[in-house]
Amino acid sequence: MNDEDDDLILADLPDDELVQQMFDDLYDGLRDEIEEAVHILLDRGWEPYNILTEALVGGMTIVGKDFRDGILFVPEVLLAANAMKGGMAILKPLLAETGAPRVGKMVIGTVKGDIHDIGKNLVSMMMEGAGFEVVDIGINNAVEKYLDALESEKPDILGMSALLTTTMPYMKVVIDTMAEKGIRDDYIVLVGGAPLNEEFGRAIGADAYCRDAAVAVETAKTFMARRHNSMATAV
Amino acid sequence: MVIACGALAREILDIRDRNGWHHLALTCLPAQLHNRPERIPAAVEAAVMAARPHHGRIVIAYGDCGTGGQLEALCDRLGVTMIDAPHCYAFFEGSARFAAHDDEITAFYLTDFLVRQFDAFVWEPLGLDRHAELRDMYFGHYTKLVHLAQTDDPALDAQARECAARLGLAHERRGTGYGDLPRWLERA
Repeated sequence: MNDEDDDLILADLPDDELVQQMFDDLYDGLRDEIEEAVHILLDRGWEPYNILTEALVGGMTIVGKDFRDGILFVPEVLLAANAMKGGMAILKPLLAETGAPRVGKMVIGTVKGDIHDIGKNLVSMMMEGAGFEVVDIGINNAVEKYLDALESEKPDILGMSALLTTTMPYMKVVIDTMAEKGIRDDYIVLVGGAPLNEEFGRAIGADAYCRDAAVAVETAKTFMARRHNSMATAV
Repeated sequence: MVIACGALAREILDIRDRNGWHHLALTCLPAQLHNRPERIPAAVEAAVMAARPHHGRIVIAYGDCGTGGQLEALCDRLGVTMIDAPHCYAFFEGSARFAAHDDEITAFYLTDFLVRQFDAFVWEPLGLDRHAELRDMYFGHYTKLVHLAQTDDPALDAQARECAARLGLAHERRGTGYGDLPRWLERA
């Protein structure tokens, strides 16, 4: 950002330019500016859901693409996510009040033996931004914890994350246990994490491997649409 | 011919010299590849292809190193041997001994190489030189830094303690020597 931009007064910008500026500010990880812009749009009568999808998710999608293309790296993505989090914290209570559309529900957690949650947290945030209700059960989850969460939360999707090659096989333990209990097909199972790949996802019996948060959102939406279609056909 | 991760160069050369294995040729790939492990198999394949016309036997001094089995699949395809361990932490400590620490999931490991290169391989790639506020997003769930020490070097130990302090973690030194590496090299 140059000196000229430092003097920018967000409140003076028309809506379309303000949204463009929010894309830039998300890209630069400027949390204060994002929070200010969210308040401005709310004051102008924007629906919280529209701010979330058009400005925040729209901006993070650009960040995600540039991460995938090797233009941005993890620190920049984390700063952008932190800025989005600031905006979401303002919008979340308002979204609950205004009854924003809910696309589906997801339980997500990092597998047993693994404490890494950066990717998982990014997926959670982007899924929430896309209209999913997300129940995050945290790190180092044994199979029982996943099963308890499925039982109590009754989600559409189970998401599992792992960063280590030594912990990723545990995903199969969870899926196999779900199969043994006859509940595997009740859920869409998505897996992700740096050392995983599509072949691994297929081999362990997941529905899909998602290489990043943006892909996770798109994959989840596709599976939810298929699920609705098949339910409609069954009816 | 050993094709190795650059993070092992100093150790392999020392083992070679101590044992008088003067026939052992070494070529190293950039240790920075660990920041993009998905690129390791292609780099190893290129190095094997380049070495094949000149060397009868080629071995790969890498563990899985975050490649998710891709490096093993490549080595099987090329008919070359690699180290049967998840990463260098495991084979320096001894794979069996390392595996016994399965309760140590909140430990962040550094070898001598990583202590020496802490800024270049940890601090800067994680952006902590520019954004110190990200530290706890990366390390919030870790409790201790374990320095797997290949050598007895008080200056390096002091550096490791400083690394731990910068990450906000407790420090533990665990002398490992070269672990399984000399025996693997001898067999290879």
